[in-house]
Amino acid sequence: MIVEIGHIALIMALIVALVQATIPMIGAARGDGRLMAVASTAAGAQWVFIVIAFLSLMNAYVTSDFSVFNVASNSHSAKPMLYKIAGVWGNHEGSLVLWVLILATFGGAIVLFGGNLPPALRARVLSVQALIAVGFLSFSLFTSNPFERVFPAPLDGNGLNPLLQDPGLAFHPPFLYLGYVGFSVAFAFAIAALIEGRVDAAWARWVRPWTLIAWSFLTIGIALGSWWAYYELGWGGWWYWDPVENASFMPWLAGTALLHSAIVCEKRDALKAWTVLLAIVAFSLSLLGTFLVRSGVLTSVHAFATDPARGVFILGFLIFVVGGSLTLFAVRAPLLKAGGLFAPVSREGGIVLNNLLFSAAAATVLLGTLYPLFIDALGAGKVSVGPPYFNTVFIPLMAPLIVLAGIAPMLAWKRADLTGVIARIKIVAAVTVLVLLWSVYRAWGNAVFGAFGIGLSAWLASSVLFDWAVRIRLFRVSALDSLQRAIRIPRAAYGMSLAHFGVALLVAGVTASSAWRTEAIQVMRQGETISVAGFEFLFHGVVRAEGPNYTADRGHFTVTRAGGLVAELWPENRFYPVQQQPTTEAAIHTTWLSDLYVVVGDPDGQGGWSTRVYYNPLVPWIWLGAMVMALGGAVSLSDRRHRVGAPNRRRRRLMAGEPAAEVAR
Amino acid sequence: MNSRRLFYLLPVIVFGVLCAFLLRGLSLDPSTVPTALADKQVPVFDLPPLDSQTKGLASSDLVGEVALVNVFASWCLPCRVEHPFLMELADNGAFALHGVNYKDKPEDARAWLDELGDPFLRIGADQDGRAGIDLGVYGVPETFVIDRAGRIRYKHVGPITQSDLEKYLLPLIRKLSR
Repeated sequence: MIVEIGHIALIMALIVALVQATIPMIGAARGDGRLMAVASTAAGAQWVFIVIAFLSLMNAYVTSDFSVFNVASNSHSAKPMLYKIAGVWGNHEGSLVLWVLILATFGGAIVLFGGNLPPALRARVLSVQALIAVGFLSFSLFTSNPFERVFPAPLDGNGLNPLLQDPGLAFHPPFLYLGYVGFSVAFAFAIAALIEGRVDAAWARWVRPWTLIAWSFLTIGIALGSWWAYYELGWGGWWYWDPVENASFMPWLAGTALLHSAIVCEKRDALKAWTVLLAIVAFSLSLLGTFLVRSGVLTSVHAFATDPARGVFILGFLIFVVGGSLTLFAVRAPLLKAGGLFAPVSREGGIVLNNLLFSAAAATVLLGTLYPLFIDALGAGKVSVGPPYFNTVFIPLMAPLIVLAGIAPMLAWKRADLTGVIARIKIVAAVTVLVLLWSVYRAWGNAVFGAFGIGLSAWLASSVLFDWAVRIRLFRVSALDSLQRAIRIPRAAYGMSLAHFGVALLVAGVTASSAWRTEAIQVMRQGETISVAGFEFLFHGVVRAEGPNYTADRGHFTVTRAGGLVAELWPENRFYPVQQQPTTEAAIHTTWLSDLYVVVGDPDGQGGWSTRVYYNPLVPWIWLGAMVMALGGAVSLSDRRHRVGAPNRRRRRLMAGEPAAEVAR
Repeated sequence: MNSRRLFYLLPVIVFGVLCAFLLRGLSLDPSTVPTALADKQVPVFDLPPLDSQTKGLASSDLVGEVALVNVFASWCLPCRVEHPFLMELADNGAFALHGVNYKDKPEDARAWLDELGDPFLRIGADQDGRAGIDLGVYGVPETFVIDRAGRIRYKHVGPITQSDLEKYLLPLIRKLSR
């Protein structure tokens, strides 16, 4: 019964979304306030219906109602509660319901926080959002109904893929979807702006916080996914350039470019058409990712059930949404008035270069991801594109970007004094060279790449710190004065510094873990010791252990260094009988400067076990860096300029005749 | 002005080309995954019977008549959906229908067949999935069409539906039976 209520609620949501996609749009065109007001009510109703649908599906999972086909295919009565809940989005049909739930939540948030938007703009934005919802709700209801019943109901379910039964992965999809779907807001704003033919600083100010939210969530989502791959797949790697990883990375690259170009749009009234295009592209790449994962066009470990009918539906939707919006762009964008001019050497110039590099990076990843498809479609055979391609083309694009991130924030708007900047970055250059020399020394010259990467990281980190020190006039004025200055720096500036510092951490982690990783793969017997990177790993053998829905071979290692105890590690080799599938659970000891990573494999039948031991220097900095980046996004978001109604309040106070200095504070 | 217009048109043109490839990509990926074994002799295997009520299945059993080999398991939900079609195909006289019980417990498989019916002439039990690896099994259910000479002529991935049966399987079986 509850399941049918959920099904009906989803159908109701589709009907409401249809109304929301049309009536307010007509209202905005006619200037009819009553028709425009429908948007807010409809967005609220749509959210309520989808919440009902989502909760009823979750209820079916929690109560293990196997008469629902989706639950029977993806859940099992013996599964821990966390995975019963996470199982809702661990499959194609359920994840779509989460998708539309998040979409509707963003719609509701626009209503809630968009009180200061011009009514016509708000109506159009909500209409475009609803149009996307219509597409996804129809997709769910007509090709992937999560509420379908099965008769006779099986006694128990198939269970969730054991690889997905992991806390990291329980939260990976929601964050990823918050990112993907979050870009729909910037997209809706872009379409509304194209319809109105007007893009100005106010528009950019409304778009930026939504982009920041989406970007921060996507950053966390991708980081969680990579962290999961690191400890769950058991090979010590954290990024595989898998088509579906790339599908999440492409919107991130485009979204990062958008984040930066929107600043130029807001502050300098320039790069308007480009910013609108980026907003369209970022969301289009999210949709493309959805298509790639769910259509079975590319093979990947992530792919959901391959069903050509679904592929045709999403491709049709993709053509409608992306093709339509790009056509609208081609027709309307030339009408946007060009804004402020700037010299090549300026903050704007730096951001343009940033945008070019990010766009090139996104295009590179897109090409590499779809290349096997292109070749296959041209009948030239089957190929696969692997990490060598991506590493070869990606690193040369990222390196200048990091150099740029070290300089650009110090450049003035409009026209900058390059010699002055160079004089200022002397200290930064000196720090970089010192760290570079130190790491060359450490590497004994065997990994120039590693030294280069660490140098880049040091460059960016020291320039962020240096820039901050200059701003607060550290050591030039009294400590108290510096502190006051530090407090007065806008939070958006702190956000940028944090995000760039996070990038520096990430670069260091990526570099060190790729260049200086040590690994040992061997067969070990009980009592044997292996030495890796100065650590002694003593193997105590393997015992059988029982989990809630699996059995495990649990290995035991004692790690010592120079006689002192470092860690006890218990890697597991699990077997899930319901799915007849094994998984490896690596045991990891982290010191924040490095990870000791141990995996136990299969027995050799003669009392030995295959084991893999890795020493991964600086690898935790990858995820630490990503979290610092997302934190930067959050701090920037808390800046008062982004807060609802802040510009209004300021205007009112100005009108009241308060001194400008008061307002500036 | 014209070249500027072209610049604004560029994104939609690039997207159009991309879509052409994606569309082609969809049609390249039918529900039949190309098998490396297409038109090759069935790999040699000899599976023990599921239990005392059935006969086992060996590759030598597949020579002499057209055969359909269905890979199934009691834990596989789509198999449950497919099963009524297999029941219809049983005892048709035109071809032999055999089963490979994949990574399953014999008692579970027996309970499943008792509940839904047993359409198979022979059932080989592939408990450790080794024959599945030889056959290139990709996911359950899968169905192989094998000709009189014991060569794999077609592999169907996923449950057989009415339209699969009418469009691909029956015409091929008719051709092979001639």
